[in-house]
Amino acid sequence: MALISIRGLGLALPDLAAKPLFGRAPMREILRDINLEIEGGERLGIVGESGSGKTTLGRTLLRLYEPTTGTINFGGQDITHLVESELRRMRARMQMAFQDPQSSLNPRHRIEDILAQPLLAFARVKNRDEGRREAIALLNRVGLPSEFCGRYPHQLSGGQRQRVGIARAIALKPQFIVADEIVSGLDVSTKAQILALLRELKPENDQAMMFIAHDLSVVRVLCDRVAVMRAGEIVEIGACESVFSSPQHPYTRQLLSAIPLPDVDPNWVMRETVTE
Amino acid sequence: MTLLDINSLYLEIGQPILRGVSLQIKEGEVHGLVGESGAGKTMLGKCILGLLPEHARISHGYVDFAGRELLKIHSSERRDLLGRDITLIPQNPMTALNPVKRIEPQIMDVLQLHLGLNAGTARQRVTELLNDVHIREVDRVRRQFPHELSGGMRQRVLIAIAFACKPKLIIADEPTTALDVTVQRQILRLIKELQANSNTAILFITHDLGVVAKICNRVSVIHSGRILEANNTRDLFAQPQHPYTRALLAATPRFDRPADALHPVPVDLIDRLWNEARTHDGVKANGWR
Repeated sequence: MALISIRGLGLALPDLAAKPLFGRAPMREILRDINLEIEGGERLGIVGESGSGKTTLGRTLLRLYEPTTGTINFGGQDITHLVESELRRMRARMQMAFQDPQSSLNPRHRIEDILAQPLLAFARVKNRDEGRREAIALLNRVGLPSEFCGRYPHQLSGGQRQRVGIARAIALKPQFIVADEIVSGLDVSTKAQILALLRELKPENDQAMMFIAHDLSVVRVLCDRVAVMRAGEIVEIGACESVFSSPQHPYTRQLLSAIPLPDVDPNWVMRETVTE
Repeated sequence: MTLLDINSLYLEIGQPILRGVSLQIKEGEVHGLVGESGAGKTMLGKCILGLLPEHARISHGYVDFAGRELLKIHSSERRDLLGRDITLIPQNPMTALNPVKRIEPQIMDVLQLHLGLNAGTARQRVTELLNDVHIREVDRVRRQFPHELSGGMRQRVLIAIAFACKPKLIIADEPTTALDVTVQRQILRLIKELQANSNTAILFITHDLGVVAKICNRVSVIHSGRILEANNTRDLFAQPQHPYTRALLAATPRFDRPADALHPVPVDLIDRLWNEARTHDGVKANGWR
């Protein structure tokens, strides 16, 4: 049985931009009838342009939003409408890594505290000393030296901060991680290092990962399957290899043709894009 | 004809940033400057624009733009030149526009200051410029504030401003890094189209070899403040000479190749490059003192 299975998932949120001065904001549909299964150990890529709903989908799976319609089943349990107190027990089993490590790491906390905090909160370690030992082990797993424990986020480079973000996400050994654009702010060689790290981490546990990105090349490196989203719907889903070599949906073809591959082609920019 | 000639430029901001950079750009050429963060690529752009921080020190070298030494000209002359003959397309379209000013006056400012147009003519020219950057509903957009526009639209406005006075050289500092792939493609196309029509030279600063391969005529690869390799785009991609260039190409993920084709830049190569650079600093210090 799949680790996560969602049926007919829909989400509408109040559209604050269209809110009248008095009265309620009109609801706006963000996600529409999404069906998806994620197996344990699977890496699923979600791609689409900004505004397509890919981040919202990830956050809804973690129940940071409550779906308007449909069901979310996580590890055999229906979590669609769990209340916060019931969700709290689930939180340790699902984690998130964020796009911008600058704003997602508390600037006043040392790296050690950042990594030990979830472990203490869920009583995975007994005291701070044990927490430090775990934090060091986590740092080493993501390729950072132990002495980073005492540093603050601002003393780290972008790539190093992103490693800390990943370490925090894997700290509780969750069954499911949503990684939201975690390499898009990084430059070529840092990006390649982080991708290599994520590939190495893979065989060690059977956790599933949802990797949200607008760059399809990154998804190819990391994922088994890819889902293409547009305007809140999944328009195409399949194994990476087949989607990238023979895309079925016109929108997927359009996305692929927009990626500048490092092959010299002076006419590329002026060529008409594939459109529907 | 050479438009911009940077010769053996050394820049220090507390520590050495540029270590003997030489780079030539011909009229109408799109020149890619590729490097990682910390390589010095943005600072090289700032040298040309005279936007260096106050404690920056240029210890050697010159920057010649169409017969004028940019590092030595009077600030009034520089004010004249910048925004008219040399302009900038900035990286972050979210912060580059004045948030409390409508779009139209922001473009008009440049036209009135540099070309001395009166308000009526400038307003007319704004319409033409917004049309040139393919903004639909020009009459609505010109009255809007930056926060009402999407990232792609704001970048179009900034491109309109950069091209407003028919410049000879544009410094484009990662102009598409903040945009997603579909919008990036539209913006690249727009830049190339305007560039080809006006024969403007562009120094295109980026870390994305894919973008370079599609729009640049020539490429310089920069690391640790040194140009490691410069060549025309076709030859650089066909036969990269420097090991760092080859490593960068191998570290660029591509959707048309299997995942194990990706190889991060080897750490010992990076260490070697930095060591070379620092040894170089010692030699320079001994030679000049």
